[in-house]
Formats: sequence, structure tokens, C-alpha cells
Amino acid sequence: MLPLSGERLDAKGIVSDKINSLNTLRGSVTVKRGFAHMLKNGVVMDVTTVEQAQIAEEAGAVSVMVLDKLPSEVRKAGGVARTASIRIIEDIMDSVTIPVMAKCRIGHVNEALVLQETDVDMIDESEVLTPADEFHHIWKWDFTTPVVNGARSLAEALRRIEEGASMIRTKGEPGTGNVAEAVTHIKKVNDELRMIKSVYDSGDNQDLVRIAREFKVSYNIVEQTAKLGRLPVVNFAAGGIATPADAAYLMSLGCDGIFVGSGIFNADDAKERARAIVLATTFWNESDKVKEAQKMIDERQSMIGLDVKTLELRMQDRGGSS
Amino acid sequence: MSLNVGVLSIQGDVHENLISAQTAIDELGIDGKVTAVRTPEEISELDGLIIPGGESTTMGQLSLVNGSMKILKEKIENGMPVLGICAGMIMLSNNASDRIVGKTDQPLLDILNIKLERNSFGRQKESFESDISMDSIGIPKFNGVFIRAPSVSEVGSDVEVLSKFNDRIVAVKKGNIIGTAFHPELTEDTALHKYFINLVNTSKN
Repeated sequence: MLPLSGERLDAKGIVSDKINSLNTLRGSVTVKRGFAHMLKNGVVMDVTTVEQAQIAEEAGAVSVMVLDKLPSEVRKAGGVARTASIRIIEDIMDSVTIPVMAKCRIGHVNEALVLQETDVDMIDESEVLTPADEFHHIWKWDFTTPVVNGARSLAEALRRIEEGASMIRTKGEPGTGNVAEAVTHIKKVNDELRMIKSVYDSGDNQDLVRIAREFKVSYNIVEQTAKLGRLPVVNFAAGGIATPADAAYLMSLGCDGIFVGSGIFNADDAKERARAIVLATTFWNESDKVKEAQKMIDERQSMIGLDVKTLELRMQDRGGSS
Repeated sequence: MSLNVGVLSIQGDVHENLISAQTAIDELGIDGKVTAVRTPEEISELDGLIIPGGESTTMGQLSLVNGSMKILKEKIENGMPVLGICAGMIMLSNNASDRIVGKTDQPLLDILNIKLERNSFGRQKESFESDISMDSIGIPKFNGVFIRAPSVSEVGSDVEVLSKFNDRIVAVKKGNIIGTAFHPELTEDTALHKYFINLVNTSKN
């Protein structure tokens, strides 16, 4: 059973068709959020080429995310980062059987529409790319294709869900190979979930109203989330994961799965590392298996990584205030 | 003796199946528990197993890693009831190819003699829900949630077709083995999980 909190039955993205005599519904909350549920306990890997996508699939990735450059390269290159080449996305869609995702810029409705038309399985409205709208995110209820968003806090997560996000991931700090920010973000979301649940359990509706105002979301979504005690959509970890132990750590904090950006294909042992991170994600609660996975990689081949305190560009701040 | 039902916990929507199956057991008033299982030891003690939805390539590869493929196959061939949902049905089959990419060499359990087309209805944008029926097992109306779903293009003579969506086969049964292309665990309706639990209960007693 799926929590349908915040469902909008009049959403433009919901398409009802009649196939022969049978009525069908596409883009419904169940179908869009349900897709994310199928990814649970899995690893989504950032890729830039067909070859990388095939390595990811062979390693057991549940999906690949197509970018023009890996987040760490986006960081180095500077300038404006946009959605990937459609031809490369299509080539990758034709060469792997697992779902294919692609990123669009925050607020860039038409990049997202292009990706929907390309038939990617999920769109990531991502802070890794340069935001196209400093004040708004995409109104994702208009899309039949599900959209995932990043969040650093429960307030951000619920704002995105109210806009129609079908899945949430931590923002972390992309392209750093440093897991600290992702850890901070999931812990903050978990703390805040516990906090609203205890307010709900105490029956203090007035305080829930105060929280809704502070979060800049509706009372309804706060109440429904508080009642559930967790986000009403699947929540993955992302931003800075570079090793099998990183993946296992985030799973142990209650994440439903893992996105790995630069961590795999920026390392010199991409094939082994891809496989090792999948193993550590699946068997995160079996320490002997995580050790075996960690042993498959060579720390000397990990991406060097960046200390978040010294960064000039904090991607996680993008789209954070709206 | 209390029923021991497992949900294969490698990858996919394990939790949703735990809830649906436990709800079914409670509503039927049967004494039993549902747990997430993964190791050969856990699997060997089961009375029935659900293989959930997820990515079949991922699940197959990882089941090989922890040695659960062999025991799974043995148990099912010895009559343990199993419900394979979407990726789970793909894992039970002996022949799966992708609509676009073609034949894949993913590990399969090779138990159910059916030919499957993966991602048969198209990509996620084409995923849909629609009412279907499984009349032969007493479920006339069921909300079928199809997510990048496969369909069955051919069945062996020992396999019963439980449901079709237009001309495509979306649920099959062979003895104690049930496969569905849709996701009963994503709906509130526990009818199919109840049918499965009854099957497990009958098979045990």
C-alpha cells in the first residue's frame, strides 16, 4: 500500500485513456510514486556514456542517470550546466533494460518537457545543474513522467512533494566525494520527522499549524506526514557517496536507496566500485558483506574529494529557499 | 503451527509486500507471520514466499551472490507456494527478453514455463493502472497497477492464464506458483495476497 498524501486528482499529468474497451490511467500518484518504490534498496548511478551505462547495468544498478558531465566535472568546468544531449540519452535508453533518468535545471519547465517527450523514466530536477528559475521549482503535477527532487530538510522535502515530486533524495554536496553533507541532511529530515510525529501524537494541532507555516507548506501535508512518521514518498541518499561503506552508512540512517554521482566513474576502478557499492547497499546490515565490498575497491583509486568548508560553489543551496 | 511467509528482501518494494501479506493474514484470521528473508537458512524455513517488484537484473545478480537462487529453486520445485510480482515473475520464468534491447542473459530461476517480454507496455510514461479480473480464482475486479510492466507472450501447456489485459497475458498460475505483471502490493486491495496466503495455508496443512 502506498501513502497517497497530497494527491491531486485534477493534476494535468494524469492522463486517462481508453484502450479498446478498457479505461486506463497514466501519471497517477500510485503509478508515479510506485515507480520509485521499485528502486528501493538499489543504486542509481550517474553516467555520461553508453559504455558507462552498460557497466552500471552489469554491476546491478537499478537505474542510470544521464548527465553531460559528472558533478565533479561540472564543478571544475564552471559556467552553465544544462540537461544532457538528447541523442546520448536515447542511445543509452536503447542499450540498457534498466530505467533511465536524466537531470533538468531547477525550474526549467521546458527542459523537463523535452525529457518527458524523450521518454526518460524519471526526471531529476537537480541542483547539480545551474538553476533556471531562482524563485520557483517546476510544478510537477503537470508531468506524467515522475520527478525526483533534492532536499536538505523536511520543509524542503514537503515543499517539493506538494509541487508533485514523486521521490526525494538528500542533496548532500554533489561532486565532492564527501558524504558529510548527505549525512547531515538525512539526519535533519529524520529528526524533524520525529519532531512532527511527537507533536501529532500529543494532539497539539495548533503547533502543527505553526510548523506548516514555518515549513511554508499546507497543514494537510504536515498532518499526513506526521501521522505516517516518514515521508510519503521514497527517500534516497545522494551527494558525495564514494565508497561501499558510505552507501552502507546512509542505508543504516534509513535511506531507501542510493544515488552515486561522481563516486564511481571518477574513480580509477569504476567497474569493481560499481559492483561493490551495489553489494554494500543491498547487504548494508551485514557487516561481513560490507567489508567484502569495501575490500573490492582500492582507496588509492577513490576520487580525491573536497572539503565542503572550502567550496566556492555550494550546489545544495540552489533552490533551497523556495 | 503458525504460517511462516517470507518476502525476498534483496531489492524492490519489500516493505509494501510485508504490509499487504500481514494484512491479508490478519484479515483471514490465520495464525502466521510475514518476514523479510534473504539468506538460504531463512528461505529454507518458509511455508510460502513472495518475490517482490523491483529490477529483475539487480535481483537476479544479487540472489546469485548470496547463494539463495539454489535453495529458492529447490523449495519451489518441492511445492512451496510462491507469488512473483513483476520482476518476481520475471525471475520465476525461463525466457525473458526486453522489448527494445532484446534477449538478455540475466539469471532466472527457470521454474515457470512462460515466455516474457520485459517493459512490454513501454517506458515509465506508459505505466498505468486499470481494472482487470482474475475470475478463475474468484477475484472479478482488481485494480492492476502496471509499472514498466512485463507481459507474458507464451505459456507452457501446464500454465493457467489468470488474467489478460486486452490481448496480453498479465497473470499466470502453475500449481502453487503465481506470477503477476501488476503490483497488488501498491493498492489497498489485499484480495490477491489473501488468495496466496490461503494457498500457503492449504499447502502446509
